Amino acid sequence: MSALSLALRDSNTMLRRNLLHVRRYPSLTLNVLLTPVMLLLLFVYVFGDVMSTGIGGTGRSDYVAYLVPGVLLLTVGGTTIGSAVSVAMDMNEGIIARFRTMAIHRGSVLVGHVVGSVLQCVAGVVLVGAVGVAIGFRSTDATAVEWLLALGLLALVSLALTWIAVGMGLSSPNAEAASNNALPLMILPLISSAFVPVHAMPGWFQPVAEYQPFTPAIETLRGLLLGTAIGDSGWIAVAWCVGLAALGYVWSTSLFHRDPK
Amino acid sequence: MASSVMSTSKTAPPAVSAVGLRKAYGDRTVLDGIDLRVPAGSVFALLGPNGAGKTTAVRILSTLIAADGGQAQVAGHNIATAPDGVRAAIGVTGQFSAVDGLITGEENMLLMADLHHLSRREGRRVTAELLERFDLAEAAKKPASTYSGGMKRRLDIAMTLVGDPRILFLDEPTTGLDPRSRHTMWQIVRRLVAGGVTVFLTTQYLDEADELADRIAVLNDGRIVAEGTAEELKRLVPGGHVRLRFSDPDAYRSAATALHDATRDDEALALRIPSDGSQRELRSVLDRLDSAGVEADELAVHTPDLDDVFFALTGGADVPHQTEENVR
Repeated sequence: MSALSLALRDSNTMLRRNLLHVRRYPSLTLNVLLTPVMLLLLFVYVFGDVMSTGIGGTGRSDYVAYLVPGVLLLTVGGTTIGSAVSVAMDMNEGIIARFRTMAIHRGSVLVGHVVGSVLQCVAGVVLVGAVGVAIGFRSTDATAVEWLLALGLLALVSLALTWIAVGMGLSSPNAEAASNNALPLMILPLISSAFVPVHAMPGWFQPVAEYQPFTPAIETLRGLLLGTAIGDSGWIAVAWCVGLAALGYVWSTSLFHRDPK
Repeated sequence: MASSVMSTSKTAPPAVSAVGLRKAYGDRTVLDGIDLRVPAGSVFALLGPNGAGKTTAVRILSTLIAADGGQAQVAGHNIATAPDGVRAAIGVTGQFSAVDGLITGEENMLLMADLHHLSRREGRRVTAELLERFDLAEAAKKPASTYSGGMKRRLDIAMTLVGDPRILFLDEPTTGLDPRSRHTMWQIVRRLVAGGVTVFLTTQYLDEADELADRIAVLNDGRIVAEGTAEELKRLVPGGHVRLRFSDPDAYRSAATALHDATRDDEALALRIPSDGSQRELRSVLDRLDSAGVEADELAVHTPDLDDVFFALTGGADVPHQTEENVR
């Protein structure tokens, strides 16, 4: 068996193991979806009218359109926190030591986690997206290509954030620490352009919202689904994702290849 | 030295050999240069108290962690330069269960079959067979986290055997098990050895090493302090003695005067007289007591066992001090 097919086969086995965990214990996966859904309903039905006026809209539906792309990316951030937690939990299991003494592809353990996490992110986006549609979100004349690009962008962001989350999980001694360490993945979307446009924020805060990965990704998603101007956001979002994925990959693999304690 | 062992090791390469293995965590030296040689098809026990470095030795030889110094070959492969060759030949079962608690016993087994790249059919066959053999067929569909300690350990070994390893590392395989599960584990090991598997086990139980191992190395404080068969090790210490205990301090004192070659334990009012435990030597001890007019409350004959060896060689805090004196 060639090295590549060995890697693929072992990674696939590890992926199936992780999906089995999700199927047996769906609560962790579903819990991370509660926050985005709650925020979506809160901001639409409680703050919706005020927020709509704030962004210069004419009714609540304008704000639904503004909000949903941001909440979808917040869903990705939240799901990857769950990934950091499950990686940290997994590393404390004796079976990881067993994997390390077997003639299997070394990286397959992490690849299994990453692919599993990206699939969970996509499933989460679909579920939260369905809630968005149910409360009135409609895309404005997005073409099939734009839909595909939107989905691709969400998958790319998921991949990048997951590699970072895996590193956070590996560097945490236990599940509690992992969930604390991974908190920025949830905080960053809250202080991005997800809820309020950057130009409506206080001047001193604008750079914080502007120069972070979520804002360009959200603006790109809005552009694809709602036809607003994307400008440089698309390239900036892709650059952020590639950079974070590479950083997370190098960080995670070097942590994993270190001798266990 | 057993000459037969030396001659077979010349013809067949040893399953495990190590020279000068060292490992330190910070300034704490865990392994201080150990040499090992385990002939293929034999059972080797690394015996030592807690913290002696047994687990570290297994973790290094099974490629889990790297050594700081020295080198080792396992199944003919260098552990540092060809770890995957080592991994393909070995199976490891540690003292902390290496099963996935979130999935069932059967799923754990099928996971191992997949990682050993068995076909689906072959994987199912091996899984069913091993679950049956280790008395786990009934619990196969239950999550492994619900298993008892003994069941987890059996599942652990069953998972290790999916890959049909030629060399098996068992790190404290019976620690924490009840006596019944312990004997089951011993049977499992014996059956594996009969099938030609080389077993490298660590234990803190002398009876376990005595029961299972062809050769025993005593590890203490990161060094091998003795190596040989159980019989050879027992010969290292002259542990045979008669122990007399008294409740009356006066009787104790007169007995101690009469038996001047005895080792005194003033606190326990006990005397130890070196003896091979033969009828003649016993009678002479009793005769000397009689002529001094004292009677012991308790008499025990002690023949040397691995405990004596262990305490003599490892010199831990829990050494009964009369044993120590006797040995020295």
